[in-house]
Amino acid sequence: MFAFLLRRIVQAALVMLVVASIAFLMFRFLGDPISNLLPEDATVEERADLREKIGLNDPFVVQYGRFITNAAQGDFGQSYRNNRPVSDLLAERFPATAELVLVAASLALALGIPLGIYTALNPRGWISQGLQVVSLLGISVPTFVTGILLILLFSVTLGWLPSFGRGEVVDLGGWTTGFLTLSGLKALILPSIMLALFQMTLIMRLVRAEMLEVLRADYIKFARARGMPNRMLHFKYALKNTLIPVMTIFGLQLGGLIAFAIITETVFQWPGMGFLFIQAVNFSDVPVMAAYLVLVSFLFVVINTIVDLLYHVVDPRLRVEKSTARGV
Amino acid sequence: MTPRKLLLTATTALSLALGGAAQAETFRLGTNGDLYGLDPHSMTDSFTVSFLNHIYEALVRYDADLKIEPALATSWEQIDETTVRYHLREGVKFHDGQDLTAEDVVASVNRAAHEDSPIRGNIAGLVGAKMVDDMTVDLLLDGPNPLLNNFLTNILIFDAGWLEENNALDPIDAQKGEEGYTTSHANGTGPFRFVSRTPDAQTVLEVNEGWWDTPQHNITRIELNPINSDATRVAAMLSGELDMIVPSPLQDSKRIEATPGMHVLEAPGLRAIMMGFNLGDQLNNASTEGNPLKKVEVRQALVHAISYDLLRDKIMRGKSRNLGTLVAPQVPGFDDANDEIPAYDPELAKQMLADAGYADGFSFNMNCPNDSYVNDAAICQALAAMFARVGVKADLTAETKAIHFEHARANETDMFMLGWATLPMLDGYSVLSAMLHTPGGQMGTWNPGGYSNAEVDRLTEAVAVELDADKRLAMMVEAFAIAKNDVAWLPLHAQPLSWAARDGVSIPQTGDDKARLWLARID
Repeated sequence: MFAFLLRRIVQAALVMLVVASIAFLMFRFLGDPISNLLPEDATVEERADLREKIGLNDPFVVQYGRFITNAAQGDFGQSYRNNRPVSDLLAERFPATAELVLVAASLALALGIPLGIYTALNPRGWISQGLQVVSLLGISVPTFVTGILLILLFSVTLGWLPSFGRGEVVDLGGWTTGFLTLSGLKALILPSIMLALFQMTLIMRLVRAEMLEVLRADYIKFARARGMPNRMLHFKYALKNTLIPVMTIFGLQLGGLIAFAIITETVFQWPGMGFLFIQAVNFSDVPVMAAYLVLVSFLFVVINTIVDLLYHVVDPRLRVEKSTARGV
Repeated sequence: MTPRKLLLTATTALSLALGGAAQAETFRLGTNGDLYGLDPHSMTDSFTVSFLNHIYEALVRYDADLKIEPALATSWEQIDETTVRYHLREGVKFHDGQDLTAEDVVASVNRAAHEDSPIRGNIAGLVGAKMVDDMTVDLLLDGPNPLLNNFLTNILIFDAGWLEENNALDPIDAQKGEEGYTTSHANGTGPFRFVSRTPDAQTVLEVNEGWWDTPQHNITRIELNPINSDATRVAAMLSGELDMIVPSPLQDSKRIEATPGMHVLEAPGLRAIMMGFNLGDQLNNASTEGNPLKKVEVRQALVHAISYDLLRDKIMRGKSRNLGTLVAPQVPGFDDANDEIPAYDPELAKQMLADAGYADGFSFNMNCPNDSYVNDAAICQALAAMFARVGVKADLTAETKAIHFEHARANETDMFMLGWATLPMLDGYSVLSAMLHTPGGQMGTWNPGGYSNAEVDRLTEAVAVELDADKRLAMMVEAFAIAKNDVAWLPLHAQPLSWAARDGVSIPQTGDDKARLWLARID
């Protein structure tokens, strides 16, 4: 287990190095931050001065090396746009994104799994058929469209829920939470539905397919032949075996939720990391963009490592075999 | 306490409570971007500075008609060519209770003019400030400067003691990796005091009861809500979560107007949209030999290929104002004769091109931003189609602003779009010095095409130091006439401003697109 973790840490470091270098290469094509930092009529000398000052004149390798060296010491540099350390900005925004993703993920699981089970157990019922159609919509409609539709219905037409922002937040020593106020909770509803919809439908369809598969397995048939009650059969034996692949996929998708949060946060003016990233892109704020991408790749590696570990815990067969590193 | 006294106390308390409730007017403003920070000396972003103007004030300010009026200074006089003396207003207090003195003005001006100051470029020619007595300050210049007051509207005044206490006398230097105290704290003399701020979420201000000026507003609290997404901002407005949005997307005007209890505020803006030319010896477009655009006859022909009315009516939905000159009507330097719109005449354009030796047309590269100005990319598509009608092929690239202006500045295109509002100067000299003067030193910083006319250069340099307003204006008009005849730039229109507010909000809408809430009333 220790060797496995060690290997994972090395892999994580490698992934982050590669992401940082790709990010740096890409950013060369994003335009010149100087034109955003100075007034439109700044002189050529002023431009050159600033360029020199923030180190844009150095060759790519030097800039990249400087970023890596500082990042290794936890210093992601200074945001061009906000005049503040990037690590502070990310730390400030992380709670917003984390809470949104947490609620969306719980929503996706809490609704996706029961609905999946229901449709698997009653495959011909009209509710199941309806759910299947709706889930197709959920998978195929782009998330920003659902977001705008939700705003139109619940904010503009009905006036029930806010169309933007996090509402009132409570500061718990550096972690701002929207869970403790009514406006904070209300503000969470629409964005988390928008973010959860795709994952929910995915999980529902996955659970349904897996469950149908498992219900056809021999051991279920034998159990049924022995007269085991349906409830026990479905939820104790079938469901457990269904959930193993679902768990893996969900682990992978959790990273996807963080990535998709960029769109949700943009639509709902959610002050999270994704929103910070989009603004950084518009401003060519390279330090923020690089730090965000490195952080997200780190989260991806961590989540996948945890899923791999859980896999070992859940599936007894893997504990016997020599542990092998799964794809990152 | 006797019953009578008790009753009296209760009535007083009740009337106070009622009075307080009637006056508690919160103004919820939605904007398309957030402040960069709370330090007005740390960036040149005009939205940030204009919002911070609610907290901090300058020696002079613009009124609702964009005319200079006294603010923290009550009067001023030119002592000699390089010195202007300002007399400060008595009885002005900062939000923390300190009195405004000459010391504060000296510290603030020197902070803005410091060599590390990011806004140094906004006050070209200002060397520093010197205290004369407690309420008098001399500003030191490197030469006569007719635009000093225009610049000063943007140099907001800090309390010297507060700056010193918080180690903020020097401007914030991003390179030092330290976070400035002034980025997240504020202490000014303005009509509103700073309460709280969560970046990209909300900034809250509260009325300053001790403001020196007689308030025309009835606002007790301002909530600034940045909402970058156009659709969400409009939705928040329609759902009644906001009192006003700036800007309101042009395509949603009808929808907002059709909503009961809401209206759109529209005004012609200061920003002139224009196309710039590559005037070098060779076009960037590989399929054209030499540079046809260098010939003034060719540029004059292209002007006749453009249907200004079509652009206004179809692309800008009738909201823009066609411009024949490079500054909007509100800007000094504008002149009706220069503003004349050339006739739309494709046949004439073709004839002129043929006379110039391009009967078969030519190809050139055209670059446009797609996120900077109202309908910017659509305007360029229409232009390309109009040029095609006279046989000239524009290879259009629409790109994001950071890339567009880099291409334009490096002259890596043959025709590019630029919008110029002359802010913060609010004077035609801004166009003359940056866009029409031959590039070199402080001049021609936005003249990448390399337009050069000795007479324009001479007039520009004279305008820079002429203190007589009438003479100065005449010289500007003359220079713009030459530029028009040369088609140095191709002006298109003044971009419209569009805000939306709920009924009951009244606010002057100025061409500089700045919401001055201390002049607003709500009920």
